[in-house]
Amino acid sequence: MQVTLTVNGQNISRDVEPRTLLADFLRDDLRLTGTHVGCDTTQCGCCIVHVDGKAMKSCTMFAVQADGASVITIEGLASPDGTLHPVQAAFREHHGLQCGFCTPGMVMMGADIVRRIPGADEATVRHELEGNICRCTGYQGIVEAIVDAASQAGRS
Amino acid sequence: MQDFNYHRPADIAEATRILGEREDAKILAGGMTLIPTLKQRLAAPSDLIDLSRIPALTGMRRDGYELVIGAMTCHADVAASALVREMIPALASLAGQIGDPAVRHRGTIGGSVANSDPAADYPAGVLGLDATVETDRRRIAADDYFTGLFETALEPGEIITAIRFKVPAGAAYQKFRHPASGYAVVGVMVARFGKDVRVAITGAGPNAFRATAMEAALSVSFSPGALAGIALDPSELLTDMHASAEYRAHVASVLAGRAVASIA
Repeated sequence: MQVTLTVNGQNISRDVEPRTLLADFLRDDLRLTGTHVGCDTTQCGCCIVHVDGKAMKSCTMFAVQADGASVITIEGLASPDGTLHPVQAAFREHHGLQCGFCTPGMVMMGADIVRRIPGADEATVRHELEGNICRCTGYQGIVEAIVDAASQAGRS
Repeated sequence: MQDFNYHRPADIAEATRILGEREDAKILAGGMTLIPTLKQRLAAPSDLIDLSRIPALTGMRRDGYELVIGAMTCHADVAASALVREMIPALASLAGQIGDPAVRHRGTIGGSVANSDPAADYPAGVLGLDATVETDRRRIAADDYFTGLFETALEPGEIITAIRFKVPAGAAYQKFRHPASGYAVVGVMVARFGKDVRVAITGAGPNAFRATAMEAALSVSFSPGALAGIALDPSELLTDMHASAEYRAHVASVLAGRAVASIA
């Protein structure tokens, strides 16, 4: 079945089996392996991408469901000139990672939180990260990074 | 997962036609339960009919004194809706407590109500708020809708189009959330319509049900104290690795009291 969408601003058209998950389509067909699959059961959030501007778990939607949509993955979050997204820059500043496996999903969710709730405080950010799991338990730096980016968004 | 044929109808008539033609077709709403079920091969439908591109099924509107929410409206939109927050703030609060933010961007009210998971939140809202389930062929009162574990009054091929809510004088949803899954270990919706009080419980039994003894006591005196000595019968409740039936009965009474306190 034909699926036509934009991924990180590029027009893409591919033939896929309907059962192909969006996460697998991104990783295996498009070789965008920044999107990780941790649990494959909608719990860990490593696979989060933005579909039409909203954070979604790409392991729990089919590629064909994204037909006509605009998908942004971790590879497309920074500006084309390489300038990091404010959430990416904050993760670097606050060391918001340990092993890095959950990081793509954490950053994509963080960007979604900052978009929806500029100025979000620590309690809000922790609550909003319910669907993202860091097996290193490195939440302290992750939360600090997102709070910082949210505070910058709240000021601008 | 087994492969399937995928359909994306543009209107309800087309969806109904495909459902009628195919041997083992299933409706795909937000997919938050169905896709994990397919991955586990607990279901292997021949066809999936994706309702997400049918404009008539999405959105919220005021209709006289009632609030109508399209079946394909996602939880995040209900939670953030100024209209829902104004008309039934308890319903917006309930929607905002489902799953996590990414799940709320995809999961839909119609999918949740059609699935009737014993631990889902919306069934308590639909039953407690005396809502009506609107389908492509009829309207079903919430009291007649939830019939068992993952069972509803829906007929094969019947499509939920919207949920129609009455606006209560006051309502509150209290939930004891499973810390890992986000599902309700117990969830209680209390709603007041004039003198009538409705108390609907999810998470505790095979399907959402009304706590009639609590309702009777609260109709006489709408206060947390009126619930003293009233508890659900544990013999009718679920026991699993997370909570015993006796524990669920206790939590239901505590949550009902908190809900009443927040309204009264």
